[in-house]
This record gives sequence, C-alpha cells and structure tokens, in this order.
Amino acid sequence: MTDRVPVLKIGEILLVSIQVDLEDQMVMDLQDDLSNRIVATGAKGVIIDISALEIVDSFVGRMLATNAAISRVLGAETIVVGMRPAVAMTLVELGLSLQGVRTALNLERGLKLLRRISAGRA
Amino acid sequence: MRDYGAALASADTVSVADSSDVVSARQMVRTLAQRSGMSLVHQTKLVTAASELGRNMLVYGGGGVVRAATITEAERCGVYVEFEDRGPGIADIELALTDGWTSGSGMGLGLSGAKRLVDEFDISSGPDGTTVRILKWGR
Ligand SMILES: Nc1ncnc2c1ncn2[C@@H]1O[C@H](COP(=O)(O)OP(=O)(O)OP(=O)(O)O)[C@@H](O)[C@H]1O
Ligand SMILES: [Mg+2]
Repeated sequence: MTDRVPVLKIGEILLVSIQVDLEDQMVMDLQDDLSNRIVATGAKGVIIDISALEIVDSFVGRMLATNAAISRVLGAETIVVGMRPAVAMTLVELGLSLQGVRTALNLERGLKLLRRISAGRA
Repeated sequence: MRDYGAALASADTVSVADSSDVVSARQMVRTLAQRSGMSLVHQTKLVTAASELGRNMLVYGGGGVVRAATITEAERCGVYVEFEDRGPGIADIELALTDGWTSGSGMGLGLSGAKRLVDEFDISSGPDGTTVRILKWGR
C-alpha cells in the first residue's frame, strides 16, 4: 500500500499540503479522500498547497482540475496555492490550462480568497 | 535528432515496472539536470517531460528502461534521456503526437507536451516496442 497525503480539517476548511513527490496512486487516493472528506465534514472550502511540488505533470494537473469540479458540485470551493513559477511556465508549455481551477499565490491569499467567496455566497 | 547513444556508455538507469519507478526515473533525471548546471526552469521542463514519457512507458508499454546521461559539448551542457519499452508500439505516431489525442482516458497531452518541453525529440515505434529519445540543453 502506498502512503496517503493527509487531509487536515481546520474549521470549515480542508487543508492539503503536498510534501512529497507523488506517485500516481497517491494522486488518485487523494482525489477520493478529498471528495469523501468534503461530504463527511460539510467543508465549504479546500486549499491544496503545492508549494513543495517540483513538477506538476498532466496526471497531477488532471487531478487538480477534476477535484475543483467535484468539490464545486459538493458545495465547496477549491483553491490551489503556492505554485512555483517554473511549474507554471512548464504547465503552459505542456498545454494544460487547469480550467476551472482557482489559484492564489500563497496560503494566506488563498484563505482570504475563500473568505471572500463564502461571503459573496451568503 | 543526432545520435547520442555513445553517451549512454556511462548512463544512469532505472527499470520501470510500477508507478514508484516513474518517481525514481524522474528523480534520476532531476539529479543529472542539476549536475549539468541547468537552470531551474529548464530542469522543471525536462523532469516534467520525463514524467510524461515514463508514465506512458508504464501504462501503454507495460514498463521498460529509462537511461539518462549528461552531454557535454564545447559550448554547452545538457541531459539526454532514452525511454525504451517492449510494448505493442504506437500505430500512428503522428496521431499520437496530436494535442488532445488519447487512446485511453488521458488528456492526450503527454507526448505532444513532452516534445514541446525539450530541445530535441525522437520517437521510433514498431510491434516490438517504442523508444523515445529526448535532449534538453542547459540554457
Ligand atoms: N510507449 C507507448 N507505447 C504505446 N502507445 C503509446 C506509448 N506512449 C503513448 N502511446 C499512445 O499515444 C497516445 C498519446 O499519448 P499521450 O501521452 O500524449 O496521451 P495520454 O497518455 O493518452 O494522456 P495524458 O498523457 O495527457 O494523460 C496514448 O493514448 C497511447 O495510445
Ligand atoms: Mg501520457
């Protein structure tokens, strides 16, 4: 069995901080875990911190896009934070648009953005 | 693409049989890229390309071998990587290199994207397998 990426609950937010080079199985497990935790906790927001990720390839990119779509259907907004500049440049050249994925520069701005979104909804 | 096969005399090698091996293969490529003094952006592009090609080799080729070596020329330094599998091959390479074309459930970006991310790209494929060769120069 492969390791799993921890999903932390902080108030109404789920926080995922990816700290290791991800195997594909871990990527798929994370997608499952996140949807399950959103339903189980009724979380309104998800933050995925990828500042430690040295690359985002098509597999991880697809997970980020799929997760954004699934969480939205489940009533939670996902913000991806901390993408490295080199990763962003590579993603564009790879041809990945990350459609529907909201991003913020860092964790702090991501939290602010989530607060603004939920205030707008209320 | 020129023949860089001679550089592989001193190559690093990773056998790819499961998805943890894909992680090892991209770590090997990253180490060589760092050693060759490649800029961070170039490293990131090369390692991302290696990740795509390593995954393809596992998913479609049933696994294989990744070999990598640094290349030094008078004015420049780079990293050469070869991905060789003994899978069923790619029937229509041109089609496979089209953005968005996938025979499975992927996004069809791996092959075409990897080609864009490196400086030299070569693919040969037949019923006995597929070999993809890439090279990225340091800057
Ligand atoms: N090593 C290989 N052996 C056999 N077929 C391959 C190999 N590599 C790629 N292919 C074929 O080429 C197609 C395109 O590959 P590509 O990596 O661009 O897209 P994908 O793997 O389907 O999706 P993505 O990489 O975006 O998740 C694949 O769907 C597969 O049919
Ligand atoms: Mg692929």
